[in-house]
Amino acid sequence: MEEKIQLAHGGGGKLSARLIKDEILSRFGNGPLRNLPDAAELPLNAEKIIYSTDSFVVSPYFFPGGNIGELAVYGTVNDVCVAGGRPQWLSLALIIEEGFPLENLRRILDSTAEAANRCGVTIVTGDTKVVQKGNCDGIYMNTSGIGIKVAGLELGRRRIKPGDAVIVSGTIGEHGFAVLAARNGIRTGEGLVSDCGPLNGLLEQAVPFGDKVKFMRDPTRGGVAAVLNEIVEGMEFGIELKQNAVPVSEGVRSVSEMLGIDPLNVACEGRMILICDQSAADGILSGFRSLPEGKGACVIGTVGGLAGTVTMKTITGVSRLIDLPSGELLPRIC
Amino acid sequence: MKYVDEFRNSDVAAALLREIAKLASSLDKAVNIMEVCGSHTMAIARHGIREALPANINLISGPGCPVCVTEAGYIDAAIELGRQGVVPATFGDMLNVPGSKSSLAKFRAEGGRVEICYSPDSAVELAEKAPNTEIVFLAVGFETTVGPAVSVIDSAINKSLGNLSILTAFKQIMPALEALSSDPEIRIDAFLCPAHVSAIIGADAYKPFAEKRRIPCVIAGFEPVDILYGIIGILKQVQAGTATVENQYSRVVKPEGNVRARNFINTYLETADAWWRGIGIIPQSGLSVRQEFAGYDAAARFNVQIQRGDPDKRCQCGNVLKGKIRPDQCGMFAKVCTPENPVGPCMVSSEGTCSAYFKYGRVIG
Repeated sequence: MEEKIQLAHGGGGKLSARLIKDEILSRFGNGPLRNLPDAAELPLNAEKIIYSTDSFVVSPYFFPGGNIGELAVYGTVNDVCVAGGRPQWLSLALIIEEGFPLENLRRILDSTAEAANRCGVTIVTGDTKVVQKGNCDGIYMNTSGIGIKVAGLELGRRRIKPGDAVIVSGTIGEHGFAVLAARNGIRTGEGLVSDCGPLNGLLEQAVPFGDKVKFMRDPTRGGVAAVLNEIVEGMEFGIELKQNAVPVSEGVRSVSEMLGIDPLNVACEGRMILICDQSAADGILSGFRSLPEGKGACVIGTVGGLAGTVTMKTITGVSRLIDLPSGELLPRIC
Repeated sequence: MKYVDEFRNSDVAAALLREIAKLASSLDKAVNIMEVCGSHTMAIARHGIREALPANINLISGPGCPVCVTEAGYIDAAIELGRQGVVPATFGDMLNVPGSKSSLAKFRAEGGRVEICYSPDSAVELAEKAPNTEIVFLAVGFETTVGPAVSVIDSAINKSLGNLSILTAFKQIMPALEALSSDPEIRIDAFLCPAHVSAIIGADAYKPFAEKRRIPCVIAGFEPVDILYGIIGILKQVQAGTATVENQYSRVVKPEGNVRARNFINTYLETADAWWRGIGIIPQSGLSVRQEFAGYDAAARFNVQIQRGDPDKRCQCGNVLKGKIRPDQCGMFAKVCTPENPVGPCMVSSEGTCSAYFKYGRVIG
């Protein structure tokens, strides 16, 4: 049978990884793209710039707690931040479906502008295309971002050592579940809204700790489980999560229990995973907690355990694997 | 979260495990406990319960995942309906279940339309919004799911929807317990009975079976503490040599069950033989749409024939479902057969035994 792209190829799991390895890396993987960074670090005279891009196709484009416009700003800003860059400039490209209400576009662009202001980035170039009705789902957006690398931050998996602390900046899974609930008409009350927001404030809290900060990433597609598995893959260390340490809001818990989807596999859009030397953990935590977007920050685990695996202690005292999600997240039947 | 946190308390779990160890050492034999429900299988794997038990207490996963026991021919029929322009509406779990040649996920990737429902109500909404499109809800499940699935027929009648029907592959638990306990190849000392199925059929439904077969039946909830407590109940019965029905999930399960739901189901459905993937026909273990509602039965409405039989002979799901082997004893497990490329249905559903083993069961330490 002819091979075709399935939705799971874009789900952030194993199928996505294979597609990117076979089709993208095989063609473009010789330069800075080799290690598939969410943002590239590029030399420019004496400085280094961080360059990233992301496309946004979220459905519905208005969701509880945000819309596609602010998401498009935060998504790229956050990729620049976790690569150790202070975001400066953004491009903004719109693909709009014929018949899209102008009022909706205005709301989305107002949010885009507000989000850019909040992050201190300027939108410096852009593009607008309109496609025939049926050729896109309302509106798609793309942003690219350029930031200046913060001096003194050296980030990368290779710097991680056993004993380092694994920190998450707040409760997980809110964005993914809020969108899922909105898309499928699951009534969750007022408790469940997207966490979408900027990470540049958190970045500034981490900067003073210099080389004690080893790694930062925003757990978007594939969630915390995907990020942690990427970190340990092929490395000589693992990550051990503490039982019940991963912060989850009540709203997320209800939906996750109901649908049988683990919050560890669900996207965040305003959270950061940070790995640092144990001696810096308390300082970074209090820095994070001084900001509204980091008030739920906590240590969720430690680097260590069996090489290449992410494990979590269960209530019976047995450790279980936290594996990479395999594809599209599907609710269970009963 | 109420009714969850109390039942996931590690101190309580440790105390229960100590009691289990004590009981197990007082028994000088191995005890085989079958958990029949997929949600139990999932919770056991997720919380590492199997590994935490003494060596002589074996948990065997039974055929209680409705998706897993749905035959390949049913998937083929759903795809065929899709090819004819009918829109299959289904719970997400069914998407990756292999038919004999394809799956609904692959059919969708080829441009076919398949609607994922989080509730059977979504199928009703689809039919209301598109009166010229035939919607078929894939009605799969045990007693828990039967009521909501049948409400599709009820809504279609009340809302005069002429474009909505269901394709049934319902299963009933009691005939399956009978079949499993009379299979000479399987030795089951006790059943850990499902939580939500029991809420419908009632605790009393197990009584004639427990007495006739002399097998202890303990109904337990889905939280780890529930399950450990259920195992204690079973071991106490094994120790005392009794075989009774014990309802430890009384916060949800009543002795008589949910009479209203059963009456509702009986209005539209009648008992029928059913084919279980990997097991074969179990007499009177299914439910089909009554003749007078044949217009809402997709099989009758579109003259669908469901082919019986299991396509992939290498697949050991049948033996896994019957508890004869563990998933890791199948030659294809985690090598050829993985969640993203499942050969058998037990790997497909998130509640499937193989999927649970793959996801949580490969335990360290």
